[in-house]
Amino acid sequence: MIPPAFEYLRPKTIPEAISFLKQYGDDAKILSGGQSLIPMMKFRLARPGYLVDINRISGLAYIKEEGDFLKIGGLTRESELEGSELIRSKYPIIFDTARVIADPQVRNLATVAGNLAHGDPANDHPATMLALGAQVVATGPKGERVIPIGQFFVTLFTTALEHDEIVTEIRIPTPPPRSGGAYFKLERKVGDFATAAVAAQLTLDDKGSCQKVGIGLTNVGPTPIEAKKAEDFVRGKKLDDANIQETAALAAGEAQPSADLRGSAEYKKGLVKELTKRALSQALLRAT
Amino acid sequence: MAKKQLVHIKVNGRDREAMVEPRLLLVHFIREVLELTGTHVGCDTTHCGACTVVLDGKTVKSCTLFAVQADGSELLTVEGLMKDGKLHPLQEGFKEEHGLQCGFCTPGMLMSSYALLQKNNKPNEEDIRWGISGNLCRCTGYQNIVKAVQYAAGKMAQGGTR
Repeated sequence: MIPPAFEYLRPKTIPEAISFLKQYGDDAKILSGGQSLIPMMKFRLARPGYLVDINRISGLAYIKEEGDFLKIGGLTRESELEGSELIRSKYPIIFDTARVIADPQVRNLATVAGNLAHGDPANDHPATMLALGAQVVATGPKGERVIPIGQFFVTLFTTALEHDEIVTEIRIPTPPPRSGGAYFKLERKVGDFATAAVAAQLTLDDKGSCQKVGIGLTNVGPTPIEAKKAEDFVRGKKLDDANIQETAALAAGEAQPSADLRGSAEYKKGLVKELTKRALSQALLRAT
Repeated sequence: MAKKQLVHIKVNGRDREAMVEPRLLLVHFIREVLELTGTHVGCDTTHCGACTVVLDGKTVKSCTLFAVQADGSELLTVEGLMKDGKLHPLQEGFKEEHGLQCGFCTPGMLMSSYALLQKNNKPNEEDIRWGISGNLCRCTGYQNIVKAVQYAAGKMAQGGTR
């Protein structure tokens, strides 16, 4: 399949990229990993007149802790997260997430920022970033602004980004001691989107009760969903079997799946319940 | 039609260049411009991995990348595996262990396995299965592909080539 014709622009700096985005408006798209965009262009679901290839902008691929945040650069590839000792040891929820995205070849190109900016509720990082309470740093003509992840996903394929803004960094608050998280995904085969997936991140207080909690759901609604009722229920409580059951049931109630080839809505809700139980149990194990 | 752009890529050690339309996919550049037809187009939708090549040391699906993006890069295709008239240990392994039947997926399998062995020269079965998880094979059931990669890893460990 041959994608529609476009003009190819390859800026070397962020300001140059932004000026192209400003100049060509809605007719321009950012080409980052391209692993969602290029397939969409082949199917004519996207027909940008201009592609602004940001891959040659230097200094945007990094994973580092700075201040109270883990900072992931706008061009950091999924495979870099997978191979990072820092991510593996201290942010296992991100490691869980990165390694189940598509397949090794796709992960070599695909970026975390693109996974968020695409605004696809079937993507995996959104739920995890919701659970972690991340912030998205967007750089545009007026400089940087920080968008809390809870305000980032507007609707299907639509985010809070303006057309002339680029995601330059993702910030994740460094988890305090006694924190743990996990991401559980059910997919039909390697490389498939989630039938459903659940991210859970929690911090325990010194008595072992749940002090902070974040629960994110993948591919069970028009946007990634933060299961707030479930979070509210479990906050301040011990994560015993009964409370895990109840939290999972509440999370399933917050899912808004539609039936498709991957299963019925009822099945997917059941799946959210089970995956929430597993994610919470694993997060608890990692926190203690 | 969009303006053509000059693309310069070092392919299997040789400098190659051409003027191409930006929308030309890397796989079509490889097959139709360079006439290296070892790299296959399978699903054309980023699933099957038949078009896998090694770009600057990393595997990519060349159906999901524009040739202009690879400008200035180094590319290894299946044609680049054989050296001095001798098969690469992986190619030998696929032959010895019956790692292919129809052979359509084989170039991609070889490139994914090649990149895996570059990173990890003693992969266990799970590492191998994980390493080729972006490549589909409809004939072998993967069993013999795993054996072929193990064969190559063994051969390379014994001071075999590369």
